[in-house]
Amino acid sequence: MTPQDQSRATTAEILSDYTSGAHRGLVVDSPPGAGKTTLVVSTSIELVKADERLMIVAQTNEQVDDLVDKLASNAPGIDIGRLHAEGFEPPDRVTRHPGVTLHNKIENVENCQVVVATADKWAYISGRSWPWAIVDEAYQMRSDKLLAVASLFADGHALFVGDPGQLDPFSVIESDRWTGMAWDPLQSAVAVTQRTNNLKVHQLPVSWRLPASAAPVVSRAFYPAAGFSPGTAPGERRLELPVRGLPGPWDPTIEEATASGWALHELPDRHTVRTDPDVAHACAALARRILDRGAIAHDEHGSHPITPDRIAIGCAHNDQVAAVRAANPPPGVTIDTANRLQGREYDITLVWHPLSGRRDATAFHLESGRLCVLTSRHRHACIVVARAGIADLLDHHPSSPRMQLNVPIKFPDGWAANHTILAHLDQHRIQP
Amino acid sequence: MSRLDAIRGRSLPVDHDARRIAALAANPACDRRAVLDAAGIDKAKTVEHLGFPTRFGQSPFAVSRTQEFRATVKAHGGAHILRLLREVLGLSVEEAGYHDVGDVGADAGHGVRYRHTMAVLKSAAENPADAATLVDHPLLKLGVAGYDVYLEPDVIAFQVDRRFHVVAIKSFAIIDGQADSGKVSAAAREAAVYVHAMRDLFAQLGLDPERVSHDVVLICPKDFMNFPTACLVDVRLQLEALKRQLQRLAKIDTLLDRLPPGLSLDLQLDGETPTRPVPELSAALSSIPARYAPECLSACEMAYFCRDEARACGSLEALGRTVRDDLGGVASLPVAMDLIAGSGVPSAEHAAIAERLGFVRRIFDEVVA
Amino acid sequence: MSLLRSFLTVRAVREGRAQPAATVRHAHLSAEPLVFIPLRLAGEAAAPLAAMVGTGRADARLLGVANPRSRDQRFTFMAELAEIIVPYIQKYAAQVEISDTKSAYERCLDAPQILVPNPGGLAFIRLIGRSTRFRATEGPHAVAPQVPLLGRWLTFLHERSEFAGSAMLLAMTDLLAEHWVTGLSGPENVNLAGQLAWIDPPDGMTGQDAALIAEDPLRSPPAGPDTDPGFDRHVLKPLIDAPSPARLHEALRGQLEPTWELMWRAVDLLRAVPDADSAEGRWERDRTALARQNTWIAEGGLPPGRWDSAVAAARRLAGLEGAQQSYEASKAFDDPLVMAEHRAEGAAFTGRVITVDADRKIIPPGKKRLVARPLVTIGTSDPVRFAPGKKLLSPARPKQGTVLVSVDADIVTLQINSGMTKDATLPSPGEVVCYTELDPAGGRRPALPDVTETPWTHGGPPPEYVPTDEDAQEAWS
Repeated sequence: MTPQDQSRATTAEILSDYTSGAHRGLVVDSPPGAGKTTLVVSTSIELVKADERLMIVAQTNEQVDDLVDKLASNAPGIDIGRLHAEGFEPPDRVTRHPGVTLHNKIENVENCQVVVATADKWAYISGRSWPWAIVDEAYQMRSDKLLAVASLFADGHALFVGDPGQLDPFSVIESDRWTGMAWDPLQSAVAVTQRTNNLKVHQLPVSWRLPASAAPVVSRAFYPAAGFSPGTAPGERRLELPVRGLPGPWDPTIEEATASGWALHELPDRHTVRTDPDVAHACAALARRILDRGAIAHDEHGSHPITPDRIAIGCAHNDQVAAVRAANPPPGVTIDTANRLQGREYDITLVWHPLSGRRDATAFHLESGRLCVLTSRHRHACIVVARAGIADLLDHHPSSPRMQLNVPIKFPDGWAANHTILAHLDQHRIQP
Repeated sequence: MSRLDAIRGRSLPVDHDARRIAALAANPACDRRAVLDAAGIDKAKTVEHLGFPTRFGQSPFAVSRTQEFRATVKAHGGAHILRLLREVLGLSVEEAGYHDVGDVGADAGHGVRYRHTMAVLKSAAENPADAATLVDHPLLKLGVAGYDVYLEPDVIAFQVDRRFHVVAIKSFAIIDGQADSGKVSAAAREAAVYVHAMRDLFAQLGLDPERVSHDVVLICPKDFMNFPTACLVDVRLQLEALKRQLQRLAKIDTLLDRLPPGLSLDLQLDGETPTRPVPELSAALSSIPARYAPECLSACEMAYFCRDEARACGSLEALGRTVRDDLGGVASLPVAMDLIAGSGVPSAEHAAIAERLGFVRRIFDEVVA
Repeated sequence: MSLLRSFLTVRAVREGRAQPAATVRHAHLSAEPLVFIPLRLAGEAAAPLAAMVGTGRADARLLGVANPRSRDQRFTFMAELAEIIVPYIQKYAAQVEISDTKSAYERCLDAPQILVPNPGGLAFIRLIGRSTRFRATEGPHAVAPQVPLLGRWLTFLHERSEFAGSAMLLAMTDLLAEHWVTGLSGPENVNLAGQLAWIDPPDGMTGQDAALIAEDPLRSPPAGPDTDPGFDRHVLKPLIDAPSPARLHEALRGQLEPTWELMWRAVDLLRAVPDADSAEGRWERDRTALARQNTWIAEGGLPPGRWDSAVAAARRLAGLEGAQQSYEASKAFDDPLVMAEHRAEGAAFTGRVITVDADRKIIPPGKKRLVARPLVTIGTSDPVRFAPGKKLLSPARPKQGTVLVSVDADIVTLQINSGMTKDATLPSPGEVVCYTELDPAGGRRPALPDVTETPWTHGGPPPEYVPTDEDAQEAWS
């Protein structure tokens, strides 16, 4: 079976399972770039065809706007309601669609065939119900947020879609009060629903985003239980550098990345302050060099030059983001933390390794979801910038996770995931 | 391994137990701890002689509470155990065979008890008619740093449906389904050592090691009662960590090669009294690199010695991991003090942190002035 | 921790004494706090061994259990403890006033304040509460009527203490760490004696030297609830094996008295720090919670069950998050030193106003009318990490909503969006101002379903909680 066939078969299966109405809820695990949005769009179209009403819950305004744009572009005939908070300024990509009604009051959009809003906005709606619901990015949704909206579709059928490998939801409150309870509100929406209902789980089998050079290692490192394969064959995606290289610290790294899809730009071993200026400088300079070399991407859709908006620099901390911004990166390049890069896609990503220059590995810096987000945003190549010495740091880390009774253990363990990625990067190491 | 024996000198090696092996994973970066443990050195006695007596230890009340609870659990031929196993593993077995390997006599050597354990486990594992068997006090063996170490039997092995489970009895309470995370973690690390050793033994017997489950049965007092309850604990992550640690210890030679030749930590015992001159012993210990962190204070006998050493040589480590992390790249306390005071010219590698600290100093002075 | 706190840790070592981390006291301090130092028997979950308790330095009451293994003696101990603590709480709970707000509610005139040495003490209070609140006062395992009441009040106080800014039950080491940074590492900073050695070292001694002495268990016995294993072995065990009530009493006194002195010394040190502006408002919320709990108990309400339902858990989490956010922000608004901590992390900046365009009027997006939106430019040397569009507030004008328009090198431009009432002032050129993303008001939170309408995603409506006989008779080993 080709990846296309495989993917089509799975989508058909999910659609028939869901629209059969035999399940109160279904979970769809979607690895990075596996066509989650496409699934949501085709499910919506299918339901609208059957004259059904659907509500969609996403987590951020950006996600909602992306979804509305995709849905309206794919099915211009659908009557879509975009419910938002008062004072929200909708972007052009949403307002340009005539079929989209935008409003901050539910009365003005509830008759649309599909109504889309953030979980935070849905939480203020009551006294209504929908027979069909899709909860998007459900692994990033906290369980208490689901509790606030679930009554709206409790008598209908819900489809929970999301990426189990990314970052878990977060709270400023550290409490053991609910630890071990099935409905611990600090867990993700999927975790709670699964522990209380044991819903059927589907998995999307193909990553359309990750190239053949990345899918196997990302799958092995972060999705050890249920792997996925790349949608393109080796060589199908290609980077070209029309401008000749220069001597200096950057081009060998860029050339390794364009040739193999990966590069580890390794700076000398040193413990540093979290905002290591050398790493910040390297991230900014590498991004600039990629543009200076006039990089062109060839893929299954054709060829296009790599513009700044197709490059992202990902960090673990906000102050690292600020440090990169201060290091004179090319304008238009996205620079953000892993949390905010979730769900986004670029041609080339530069990653400030979370463990670079550290003396100790903490749970935060080891978290597998963080590294997973950072190393799975790219369609062509991923360049990791780090100080040498991470392998030792991992070896020195007491990897005995904090155990709690009745809390299912999580795979993969951050330590093991970090090792897998590091072992892979080792083959693409460039020391400038 | 004569090098390790030479380092220990004439004292007898201390016995390893699962707790000690599990503790190795607590601070794997510390060479000092790895060498001392691999050589079987009595750390408590060593630090006492050096004037830094161990501050932690078990209260006699805790010890007797543990013994009493264990006795309650095992009373009436393990009736409680069978009830709990039925509950947590969803079994329907009414009774189980009971073998106490400890029966061969306390004075029987380790070798005898180990062989007896092997025989009992083998016959249970190979008997297809075996419905359920409890094997109490199994003596297990583990290769640590090239040594065979016998594990003091602290658990029960239970076979049902052709699968063995390690049963650990602990006296901390499970209250409303929750227990102290530190204690659960320690119990899980310890139980993983037994699972690992049992899998080793199965492999030697030509049996499938996977027949030893990674789900350990933890038996504890329920709420505020003396009544036992049980919970399954998945120790897969602990097993992984242990394996890595044992691999590291297996390579202890490379670590030993970096130590001064002729290094000896011999206490030169005269009867029970150490006679080794303190400055000499202290210097010998200091030649093995340590990695002190304040977390050691509640986990390692050596900690107060190492803290004193860290303070004496002006290591920033003594102020804890957070400070060390915030002042990334600065390892020395005198340097840190100069940087926060803005005195002197920072070196190139400290330029970034010096700038950040300069900003902090400015706003602090602004507010306090 | 933050960079400022790490800076202060190194500074403490350099100066030889703890450094202030706050210029005002953020917790209300009662005129009559009740200091409570419980000790527990090693190896047991919640078996009391002894306690020192009282509302004044000279008013220490020592409670002890001659044989901590005896279940009856444990309940006698709890009954004695209840005789002290319950009346102390009820005295405050009994005096209420009616608020003069739009919808009037009851609140107590004042509230109790229990101080324990450390977080271990808080956890032990939770366990005492859990092990006594369900007890039956008649039947086979009857206890004195005050015992379950003690359990209910301690449970209430402990649950309340998890809300940031609540001050009815506090751990002294937490309180001190909030106001001073010592030269001790995190794990060592939960030692009350060590902390005080750094904050207030004896004349001629550095904090480090004083702390070294203070950590000797023979000079400063542990502040509980766990005892020193050496004391257990060499002193306590012989006195329990061969009972000698008088000597046991003295031995326990010897373990508790040093901590008792430290607790009152700490109270004196804290009293010398002036109150933060918003501390009274937070104390008022405690007084309101106390009145509500008192009514609940008086009207025959049940004690809280062993577990929160899904809805109760989510509701509580929302409350905890709101309290945390509002407390963090209020502290920074009240205290420039706390604000400095946020400035160092990039969550606030300070600068001097350069220009004010007070008459600027624009038509906001989606609106039709021209409205006043003054622009303020500020010169700052703080690194500003906010992106345009960020909503910012200033402690000087907390009601004035502003939004960041641009950051150009060291010039920040803000637009004032709200809070321009008649008597409000705009920032004026030359004024030093501070703006931050922190917001003491906390966010609005949506309603959650009623517990009887818990959706299937969270297991459906749970069975109604009814205390069972098992709850009441749970044999206490």
